[in-house]
Amino acid sequence: MAAHLKKRVYEEFSKVVQLPQEEAPAKKLRLTKPSKSAALHIDLCKASNPTDALQYLLSFARSSVEAESVEGVVRILLEHYYKEQDNSVRLKIASVIGLLSKTQNFNPESILDDTLNTFNTEKSHQVLAQLLDTLLVIGTQLPESPAVRHRLIEVACKHLSDTYFGVRNKCLQLLGCLGNVDTHLNKDGHGSVPPGIVAPGGSGGIGVRDVQSVISDYFTDQDPRVRTAAIKAMLQLHERGLKIQQAIYDQACRLLCDDYEQVRSAAVQMVWVLSQLYPESIVPIPSSNEQVRLVDDSFGKISHMVSDGSWVVRVQAAKTLGNMLQVSPQFLEQTLDKKLMSDLRRKRTAHERAKELYTSGEFSSGRKWADDAPKEKVDTSAVNLIASGACGAFVHGLEDEMYEVRNAAVDALSALAQSSASFAEKCLDFLVDMFNDEIEEVRLQSIHVLRQISTNITLREDQLDTVLAVLEDSSRDIREALHELICFTNVSTKECIQLALLELLKNLTKYPTDRNSVWKCLKFLGGRHPTLVLPLVPELLSTHPYFHTPEPDMDDPAYIAVLVLVFNAAQSCPTMTALFSDHTFRHYTYLRDSLSHLVPPLRLPGRKQAPGVCGIDGSGSVESAQLFLQQSLCRVSTIHNLQDPGAQDLLNFTIRDLQRLGELQAELAGAADFSATYLRCQLLLTKALQEKLWTMAVPLCLKHNAMATAAAKQILEETYKLEFLYSGLENRQVATIHHVRLQAKALQLVLTARTRRGVEPLISVCEKFLQEVESFQRLFVIELPHLQDSFVGKLLELSPRLSACKPGELVKILQTTLRQSGFLNLQLPEQIQRASGTIIEPTGESDNPLRFTSGLVVALDIDATLEHVQDPQNTVKVQVLYPDGQSHVIQPKPGDFRSPGPHRHRLITQVYLSHSAWTEACQIEVRLLLAYSSARLCKAAWRDGTTEGLQPTDGTTEGTIPFGKPVKVFIMPKPARR
Amino acid sequence: MPEIKVTPLGAGQDVGRSCILVSIGGKNIMLDCGMHMGYNDDRRFPDFSYITQQGRLTEFLDCVIISHFHLDHCGALPYMSEMVGYDGPIYMTHPTKAICPILLEDFRKITVDKKGETNFFTSQMIKDCMKKVIPLNLHQTVQVDDELEIKAYYAGHVLGAAMVQIKVGSESVVYTGDYNMTPDRHLGAAWIDKCRPDILISESTYATTIRDSKRCRERDFLKKVHETVERGGKVLIPVFALGRAQELCILLETFWERMNMKAPIYFSTGLTEKANHYYKLFITWTNQKIRKTFVQRNMFEFKHIKAFDRSYIDNPGPMVVFATPGMLHAGLSLQIFRKWAGNEKNMIIMPGYCVQGTIGHKILNGQKKLELENRQTLEVKLQVEYMSFSAHADAKGIMQLIRMAEPRNMLLVHGEAKKMEFLKDKIEQEFSINCFMPANGETSTVATNPSVPVDISLNLLKREMALGGPLPDPKKPRTMHGTLIMKDNCVSSLIFFSDFGCPWLEHQLRFTCRVQLQDAHSDSDTHIRIYTHLKSVLKGYTIQHLPDGTVMVESIVIKVSSSPEEPNTKVLLLSWSYQDEDLGSFLSTLLKKGLPAALSSM
Repeated sequence: MAAHLKKRVYEEFSKVVQLPQEEAPAKKLRLTKPSKSAALHIDLCKASNPTDALQYLLSFARSSVEAESVEGVVRILLEHYYKEQDNSVRLKIASVIGLLSKTQNFNPESILDDTLNTFNTEKSHQVLAQLLDTLLVIGTQLPESPAVRHRLIEVACKHLSDTYFGVRNKCLQLLGCLGNVDTHLNKDGHGSVPPGIVAPGGSGGIGVRDVQSVISDYFTDQDPRVRTAAIKAMLQLHERGLKIQQAIYDQACRLLCDDYEQVRSAAVQMVWVLSQLYPESIVPIPSSNEQVRLVDDSFGKISHMVSDGSWVVRVQAAKTLGNMLQVSPQFLEQTLDKKLMSDLRRKRTAHERAKELYTSGEFSSGRKWADDAPKEKVDTSAVNLIASGACGAFVHGLEDEMYEVRNAAVDALSALAQSSASFAEKCLDFLVDMFNDEIEEVRLQSIHVLRQISTNITLREDQLDTVLAVLEDSSRDIREALHELICFTNVSTKECIQLALLELLKNLTKYPTDRNSVWKCLKFLGGRHPTLVLPLVPELLSTHPYFHTPEPDMDDPAYIAVLVLVFNAAQSCPTMTALFSDHTFRHYTYLRDSLSHLVPPLRLPGRKQAPGVCGIDGSGSVESAQLFLQQSLCRVSTIHNLQDPGAQDLLNFTIRDLQRLGELQAELAGAADFSATYLRCQLLLTKALQEKLWTMAVPLCLKHNAMATAAAKQILEETYKLEFLYSGLENRQVATIHHVRLQAKALQLVLTARTRRGVEPLISVCEKFLQEVESFQRLFVIELPHLQDSFVGKLLELSPRLSACKPGELVKILQTTLRQSGFLNLQLPEQIQRASGTIIEPTGESDNPLRFTSGLVVALDIDATLEHVQDPQNTVKVQVLYPDGQSHVIQPKPGDFRSPGPHRHRLITQVYLSHSAWTEACQIEVRLLLAYSSARLCKAAWRDGTTEGLQPTDGTTEGTIPFGKPVKVFIMPKPARR
Repeated sequence: MPEIKVTPLGAGQDVGRSCILVSIGGKNIMLDCGMHMGYNDDRRFPDFSYITQQGRLTEFLDCVIISHFHLDHCGALPYMSEMVGYDGPIYMTHPTKAICPILLEDFRKITVDKKGETNFFTSQMIKDCMKKVIPLNLHQTVQVDDELEIKAYYAGHVLGAAMVQIKVGSESVVYTGDYNMTPDRHLGAAWIDKCRPDILISESTYATTIRDSKRCRERDFLKKVHETVERGGKVLIPVFALGRAQELCILLETFWERMNMKAPIYFSTGLTEKANHYYKLFITWTNQKIRKTFVQRNMFEFKHIKAFDRSYIDNPGPMVVFATPGMLHAGLSLQIFRKWAGNEKNMIIMPGYCVQGTIGHKILNGQKKLELENRQTLEVKLQVEYMSFSAHADAKGIMQLIRMAEPRNMLLVHGEAKKMEFLKDKIEQEFSINCFMPANGETSTVATNPSVPVDISLNLLKREMALGGPLPDPKKPRTMHGTLIMKDNCVSSLIFFSDFGCPWLEHQLRFTCRVQLQDAHSDSDTHIRIYTHLKSVLKGYTIQHLPDGTVMVESIVIKVSSSPEEPNTKVLLLSWSYQDEDLGSFLSTLLKKGLPAALSSM
């Protein structure tokens, strides 16, 4: 086939070129495909000067060529290549050949020989470099062929001694991408080649050397670009899975002091790779007899690079340090070590001083000048100013001028601290210091890092103090990250708890919007440290042994904060409740009800516990609830035919049970809701079908019809909810949902057929329905066996008849199939979660209307948490409903979404409201919408099929599902004053 | 052999009055021209009579370079140029040129108007002097004349501070001025490329200090201020007008911004306002953060910091005030201090060093009762804090700079002799380079070994190409054979012999070396033993055992001979060509160690 086409290509262009006049127009039309290459040929022949030729080539490179005609095109190009005098045109031709060889389904082996031949005549270095690049493309297309690879490598070695750096670069790149260690080791080994004069890349040399040593020769090339390329080629070899020899380590280390930053940067990577390959081998320390592990040695060397002159290298080095987890602890801890000295006397760092003050139990006075005065005299010979090795690498990195370096250093600290608890302890001070960085990004990053390692550490009081100082930061992100951090922190003393509470309350008064976050933070703080909270309780609740103290205001957020802390501590500390006063208990029951997510159930002495509370605590309840769910579904599955008596009652009861279960058991809420909704769909369907209307004459059943139509519509809506509101659905469930939807649509079809006269409107509806059945079949081929007995199963049995029959017939078939089809059982997937959205801000409690001048806009701050929403940036929208029925849907910016945890998203955005003037304040409704489009699903299913089969979106439905409670906001647009 | 001579006229083993003479490649350059704060007599200025007894300096100096605007680096400039007499070019960076006259004028005012000195330079002289200034840009190479070129590098320290590279031919000197290797809130860290100067002249103020991380210091400072303000106290920060004051302003400004604080911050006006104006203009000289954000907001346009008025002293409520002068010896800062000293809620933060005798020094030493004029006493109840925010490189920073620049020699100035001594030892030990620390008036001489550029004739080059195969070979140096032509006492070109019409062949340079070896084997056995030994040691080299009994390593020939009298003492003859010098010397040392005994079994 290909050969045949090739012939046609040749025929075609030669005819077009030589006999343009005599060409019959009919033939031209027939051969549309190869005409492109022919056109190129004409163009290139026509081109009088290099600029024109370049233009043609450029425009040609933009269009795509079919795989069959590539070879022909390449021949044409090469023909021109040999004729062409101008370097730039030849260069472009070479690059176009490279581009062409990437064409899908084209085997570039066929053009390899031709391409290689060009090397014999080429004189221009630039063109040579480009040709090598083309070879690289060809080579990477043919990874399986050793013969090709061998030839390419030979070419590369031959040109390694070129004087132009670009050629050497490309050769090295080629060697890196294609070179192989074993293929080039000559068996008879050494001695056969005359020593000395022959250049390492010379034709004879390659016989005895393997690719690695050839490449490593160029580590000392005179051109920094070539040196970089050599290191990169070596790294490429490593990436391809070849084992790099340890002998290269010394050379790589020497390159760390290269004059050029790109070389140093690549060398850092190289040294790192070697340290990962040979972590345990031993290397000598120069100028001493000691030896260290290679990974330690390289760690020291890379640490040194953190104080390099170029920030690119510093970033690279700092990043790399984070990946060296095998390093020994004493080296690791050196990175944080910086011996201080003042006037030749040893001085303690502020960190050490703080620690000492803490351990000695004395609080820092900080009032005396020179209380940090240096003490002991330093032995001058022992002070090592450029400490070799890792000394103080992170101290430097964290103080760097460029925030990129600081960020990389913080990341590296995090990685290392997570692998070593003692290091985590040590780096704490430094991370805490970073909370004070001038760039918010770095501050935020260090808070996150501290949170990640906080399982390893306990904060000292002075450290906590510094951490808490950041609570006053005006940036909301910082504060929230800090709250998150405090949730996971361990503290050591009760003073710490007190301090934290105090600062959090301060935060609360300064930024009241942080309310929820602060409460949540205190919930964890209390839950983690019950014993530390216990001695504080009387003080916190301001109880007095003899006197009754005034009852605090229940609506005071600060008081609630204190209660949240106490109640959560009391959960695991039963003696605490004895300290509560009466009103505390009352407040407990109130809060337990209103803020149940923050206040845990407590065992209160002498109090009857609410039954609801009883059901929830107790750890076994999840399993029992699960069992209950399974049983309910089992019971339902016994229904074979929905027409059975009692089936409806059973469904009704099960739906009720499941709904209640969902309310009680948060873990199973998703599954319970999902099945309840599904069952409700079934119930509705049954009811609609059971009506007597089907036996009645058409004109009599208008009223009943209305009911059935409503049911069909509702089922449709519910199926969309089922499909898009729940995450964790498998293909099987989706099929079931679509099946229900199909049933609903069939019902609609039947109803229209009954109510309308005439056939014309029916024809199009029927066609649409049949299309849907077809697409259902296409989408869920795998699931069809499970649907054997169902509505669709039966329909498909009749499918040949269906497409042929008239609308009237179809309706009849549908009607009987609908009524005969059995109940399709629902299989619950492993994990199923319902997407939920809660608007935290605005709260909807405010009675003060938002006033603004009509016609202008006012910004309303929205703060909402979203759970289990997939891809919220594209799906979540905010809807604003005005009292006059106007509604606006606002798409928040992608940047407004943050992701504080898995499956959790936070939407902090502003919506702009505007309206014409009102006479008095009125409420608008703000709600969250989940947008869906069935196209998403269909595209995923089509992806494995043909690529061109992107059908027009005829079958897609788009819409929105409201989720979460709407919030009402008072607004008052005033008429503009003139 | 060419030499570079360095003579400090000031700042040699001393701090203050920086003035260093450098003569390099026949050019004389003066680096900095400062005054000494500690003296009020003639010692205040450098002794220019060292250069010439009478007459103007113009013919003795090729140029003057000022590193930054601090008075101990530029205070004597108008005196030198206008009163002693110098008309040549003066180089300084743009910000230095802008701010320097403000400081000089202020200095003049204090000396002449307040202290009533005569015979001092006038305002007009400052103006005339500044007319001779040629501004420099960072990393811009400026040709002073045909041979002398200078180039400025960023130095941190203060706005516009620069390090200068002075280059004549291939000889070069780098003078650092004052510099800072750790970035701060408004300035970046000093940076220099690997320029490998013959001499690096570095300041060494903190030669024996390694400083704690700046974050701890900043945090402490902010915490103290924050606590006091929250208590409702007032904070007084006495500062010098330029440099550290801006640093502290930025620090407080961003902190106020971040923490959403409301208490007012004041800055006593005066020359600072003018200077702040220049800080706003020279954004390119600041650090990354300020440079990147100035489009949204220029960090020097302070939102929270307002101008101070004397009437605010008695205002109630918390406030933070920056006031000059820094040592609390006079002026506004002292006035405010007197008012606020009685209240223990207030606080004073001394951000720098205080000279003995000043009130600043007294309170830092914990004096609780101060005697004022008119026999008044002042009880000091407010808190006194000391916070060092110095912008000099510490010992580690100096070492870091040396590592960056890789100089061949070091020269320390601007520091105390005793401390320099320590650093000098360290430098010599760790980098194994010479380090000098001349006193004032003492000359240090460094012999240089400049590489001499030579033109090669095309013929020679072509011939070499034909002989030696394709270039380049990264592993080997190449020798060329030709004739050097010297004209007018300097080397001009290298040409091919035959260009002269001489048909001589080229010489070959070979080194030979004898190594004595105790080995109880026959000659041929020794050969084999050497062969196997070298083979095990030198991997990756071609080693051959030729039939005539010699061993060849690459192109090095090793031959064994022994005298019949002492058959066990073998004499190894090594011979290698000049190109293989490295390998040859390695081999000779290797063989001197003898052959390992274990080989005998083979």
